[in-house]
Amino acid sequence: MIPGVLEWLSDPAHWSGPDGVPARTVEHLWYSAVSLLIASVVAIPAGLLIGHTGRGRFLVVNLAGAARAIPSLGLLFIMVLFLGPRLSGDAAFLWPSLVVLIVLAVPPILSGAYAGVEGVDPAARDAARGMGMTGGEVLAKVEAPCAMPLIFSGLRSAALQVVATATIAAIAGLGGLGRFLIDGQSVRDFPQMASGAVLVAVLALLVDLLFAVVQRYAVSPGLTGRGSRGAVREMTVAVRGDSGETEPQHTS
Amino acid sequence: MTWFLDHVDDVLSLAAQHIYLAGLPLLLGLLIALPLGWLARRYRGLYAPFTAGFGLLYTIPSLALFILLPGILGTRILDRNNVLVAMTIYTVALLVRTVADALAAVPADVNQSATAMGYTRLRRFFAVELPLAVPVISAGMRVAAVSNVSIVSVAAIIGIPQLGLLFTDGFRRSFYDPIIVGIAACIVLALLFDLVIIGITRVLTPWQRAAGSAA
Amino acid sequence: MRPRRIAVSIGAAMALVTVTACGSDESTDPFATGSASSSSAGGSSSVTVGSADFPESVLLAEIYAGALEAKGVTVTKKLSIGSREAYIPALQDGSIDLIPEYTGVLAQYFNKDAKATDPEGVYKELEAALPETLTVLEKSAAEDKDSVVVTKATADDLGLKSIADLEGKSQDLVLGGPPEWKTRPTGVPGLKKVYNLEFKSFRPLDAGGPLSVQALKNGQVDAANIFSTDPSIPANSFVVLDDPKSLFAAQNVVPLATKAKVNPTVEGTLNAVSAKLDTPTLTDLLAQVVTDKKDPDAVAGEFLKANGLG
Repeated sequence: MIPGVLEWLSDPAHWSGPDGVPARTVEHLWYSAVSLLIASVVAIPAGLLIGHTGRGRFLVVNLAGAARAIPSLGLLFIMVLFLGPRLSGDAAFLWPSLVVLIVLAVPPILSGAYAGVEGVDPAARDAARGMGMTGGEVLAKVEAPCAMPLIFSGLRSAALQVVATATIAAIAGLGGLGRFLIDGQSVRDFPQMASGAVLVAVLALLVDLLFAVVQRYAVSPGLTGRGSRGAVREMTVAVRGDSGETEPQHTS
Repeated sequence: MTWFLDHVDDVLSLAAQHIYLAGLPLLLGLLIALPLGWLARRYRGLYAPFTAGFGLLYTIPSLALFILLPGILGTRILDRNNVLVAMTIYTVALLVRTVADALAAVPADVNQSATAMGYTRLRRFFAVELPLAVPVISAGMRVAAVSNVSIVSVAAIIGIPQLGLLFTDGFRRSFYDPIIVGIAACIVLALLFDLVIIGITRVLTPWQRAAGSAA
Repeated sequence: MRPRRIAVSIGAAMALVTVTACGSDESTDPFATGSASSSSAGGSSSVTVGSADFPESVLLAEIYAGALEAKGVTVTKKLSIGSREAYIPALQDGSIDLIPEYTGVLAQYFNKDAKATDPEGVYKELEAALPETLTVLEKSAAEDKDSVVVTKATADDLGLKSIADLEGKSQDLVLGGPPEWKTRPTGVPGLKKVYNLEFKSFRPLDAGGPLSVQALKNGQVDAANIFSTDPSIPANSFVVLDDPKSLFAAQNVVPLATKAKVNPTVEGTLNAVSAKLDTPTLTDLLAQVVTDKKDPDAVAGEFLKANGLG
């Protein structure tokens, strides 16, 4: 198996052209990025709002939980059957896959956002109110930045799931690294399949590292403990622990 | 819907297969993850490589594992044990970190009290650390259960009987009904697993009930 | 006390899962006609019937299974395994014993240089090409071929009647087909070799399923591989391009089986089934499954009854 994989990966023919690794990786990243973006646009504001107002929490939490339970393969097939005839061109295949990935990404991002806002130190909130900030300003200037660590945790978890599950797009006739899996599976070309699997795993790892780096710089030092005050922050976060809801989840 | 009513037996039979293929790995995975998580906690140096390594294992696409395992394990191609092994791998990958974190969350003073009372390491693990770690591990199990139910359905692509077959059959005939029933069944199954895990957790953590806090 | 609780809980959970395991025999195919009948003890063999991952294969497998069951053979079904490359190894390692196949493509799978194009010639080449452990029974008159299909609009625009008409035009066209077509001798390489066609690109879709039909309708592919008995061809007024050079040779439906599992009962039963199958019948049965959404086992059962085989 391993020599077969190494042989497949070192074959230059597999690294060029529209069927090659670079092209497929770009497609794969594109599907992942677009769905993460759309999911974030939907989930982060919603999560922030829920955390801030405390309303709708029950409904949304349960919806998000149910959404996690939707099997990706089933959703993909339903979307292809439904959207296929209604859209033209490549969109007919693209949107079903994107919908599946978005449904996958929303729950962890949503969780991260509202858990993050809920976990904001009440003292900070009080101080902000005391300074005369309106609700909206409190949300934007205090709660959201303080929620960043958990928002990022949610984003990272979502990114991992999406990159791992974007292979599903190949079942709907699209590209991406899943192509090596599906094409390899249909002709029992094990080196191709295994190489595809390895590439997906490596890509997921790289994306995770990327998020880790971005997180380091995007989250305020006061929160992460890079500054001297950080030690207190870290203790507070450690004591409260991880909500456990932002665990990475694989659905393909 | 009429299709469902006409095919209740079939759906239930597939659901039973699905429970087996998703549920057994949960138990096996937990049993394997417990010692691994304990090791990761006990030897600080192991935590990072373990979590990174198992995290990586988790990103291997399931279809690849289902198809490549026969070659590695020497099982026959359509043997559903391939799915069991693959799902156990995913469960372990998910739970190792959870177990390590759960054991780490046990307050140090509780451990020290136990040691002071004369508990041996092993007894302390089973009598003190593990019970206190149950809530966090249970949260991880719930995530693993939902994840497993979804991943198992992918095995339909290679014809392994479980609820996923409703998806492939429905799709190939452009027939919505089986797909919708399949999705609903998966969601119900995930809910069932969730309730069972919550139930077991309640049984195992009487102190939480006594304290009146939500499980 | 506490460890006991944990042990009891884990034990209960394992018991629960094991009970479902016992109740869910891996041999149970849900889309099955009632129970697999095993009547008289003496002389009843057991056969595992497999199928490929498209509805017609499932239908044929159900027909074979139903016929065998009616004759007292114990049948286990493992359907929707995948493409030929996936189920032939399953046949060879004993996971399945019998599967419905098509003479032409099967002959080419085992012998890349198979040249015959007429039903008899193809069948002879097939018999010669099969490995030691496998055998084919009598072929039926029913045929289902891979075909290159275009929309009516494309056929009119480009004046296409046969695959040969694509020469000189194909480089601007996108071809769609199952992923295995990229490497199969009857797929992309075959179109190049026999008709000298190179397409702009090949888009892997599915085995003549909804993806291919959709892609053709939507214009994502200009030509697609759709099986000749597929009801979507008449339903969408697709045009099947003629195959004058017989790239897709005769494709008679034939049971492929492990020699060890073929006894007189099995052979007699399946030959009787093959005798009753012809292309119009098969097309009609398939339409019942795909268009009318009837269960394959129900349609198979009706066919067998109507022909005195069930």
